[in-house]
Amino acid sequence: MKTAQVIMATGANAAAQAVKYARVDVVPGYPITPQTSIMEYMASMVENDELNARFIPVEGEHSAMAAAVAASAAGARVFTATSSNGLLYMHEVLHMASGGRLPVVMCNVNRGIFAPWTLWSDHQDSMAQRDTGWIQYHCSSNQEVFNTILQAYRVAEQINIPIMVNFDGFAISHCLMPLTLPPQEDIDQFLPPHKPEWRLDPANPSSFSNVTMAAEYAPFRQMLSDDIIASIPLVKQAAQEYKEATGMWDGDTIDTYRLEDAEVVAFAINSMAAELKLSVDILREQGIKAGLLRPRLYLPFPAEDIIAALPQNAQVMVLDRNYNFGHPGGILASELKSVLFGRRNDITVKNRVMGIGGIDLTRRFMAAEIRAMMDE
Amino acid sequence: MKSLTKAYRPISWPMLGAGGDTGSWRVHRPVVDVQKCTKCQFCWAYCPEAVIDRHEIIIDYRYCKGCGVCAVECPTGAISMEKEE
Repeated sequence: MKTAQVIMATGANAAAQAVKYARVDVVPGYPITPQTSIMEYMASMVENDELNARFIPVEGEHSAMAAAVAASAAGARVFTATSSNGLLYMHEVLHMASGGRLPVVMCNVNRGIFAPWTLWSDHQDSMAQRDTGWIQYHCSSNQEVFNTILQAYRVAEQINIPIMVNFDGFAISHCLMPLTLPPQEDIDQFLPPHKPEWRLDPANPSSFSNVTMAAEYAPFRQMLSDDIIASIPLVKQAAQEYKEATGMWDGDTIDTYRLEDAEVVAFAINSMAAELKLSVDILREQGIKAGLLRPRLYLPFPAEDIIAALPQNAQVMVLDRNYNFGHPGGILASELKSVLFGRRNDITVKNRVMGIGGIDLTRRFMAAEIRAMMDE
Repeated sequence: MKSLTKAYRPISWPMLGAGGDTGSWRVHRPVVDVQKCTKCQFCWAYCPEAVIDRHEIIIDYRYCKGCGVCAVECPTGAISMEKEE
């Protein structure tokens, strides 16, 4: 019996390893900092015959997603990755993937967007794709990146909706952490080969995404909206089955830390939420009953799980690494308030924007911010 | 999840008239002069709507949009465009 293996890997390497484990068929890629190293790993895996896939070097991100859409429509299991302005350049074709109901899985390595230019992380890039009809995960560790990509293929191919796996540039993509690689056989069992019930096939010609009249168009959009929400049980099931296959667990739709008796709840996503566990410990040492609620699944927003998990009368401190332009704070706070309204009137929501353009979010800084928010 | 049927995905299969009665758009109709026609098949090859029969040069007016490409390409001038009533 083969056992798991532990290597030292960056987040980018963890993502590439997961793609290899998923036995992906086609990888269209275009480099952009800080995502570039994922594509370098992919190109080298294909070149060295570690992965039996077609690597397509394209001339830009719009083409990368177009190639991903075409390959997925032809029945391939597809992966690509991007960051920041590359993701923005894909925007139009992201709608093609979701409206076309194609189970593309993509990593977005979070980076702030121009102007002015920045190379470092915040979440404005992926948040700006909120309304493209993609499911979005946000990961807080290298291992979670690996685990989540495999779960994402499982979910995407069950419900035929594309999935974006987000993680912070540099803090995750370029930092080394131990990475557990389960035996390939376990993953093969968890993630069987992709067998779509429809694909573009010259032997049985069909055309894809024709013009529709309103009476046809509207139901397609309604079904996409319904099915995105219907993916929540599949996300939970995939997390559970992955745990049974590998023993690894990062939470399902949400991840919590010292939450049960918490009076002050930190609410954040991505790498800052991993650091926030340490902030919670600092606050607990100071006598504050702090806890953490981290949505792993950002879209669909796991409303029911959040409502069920928040302790009575909690003050929720939403730490947003993005701006909700036109509102005073960030987008996560807005999402959370819309979920709580009329259902959890006992909860107080406070919000700060931080960590923009890669400003370091340390455990002490965030603990101090939460303390300051308590007095507001 | 109840929508997980073939209908949730925007796919269409080729069939005659899948695009509707497109011949109703026509302003000018191509008319073939069988005396001049040499059955060279140029019109069949050029027709963007594939509504001309290859061997008998019969035009399917249900789907012919009247674009006039066949009349332009016909080497013997056997096809004329006549205004629809």
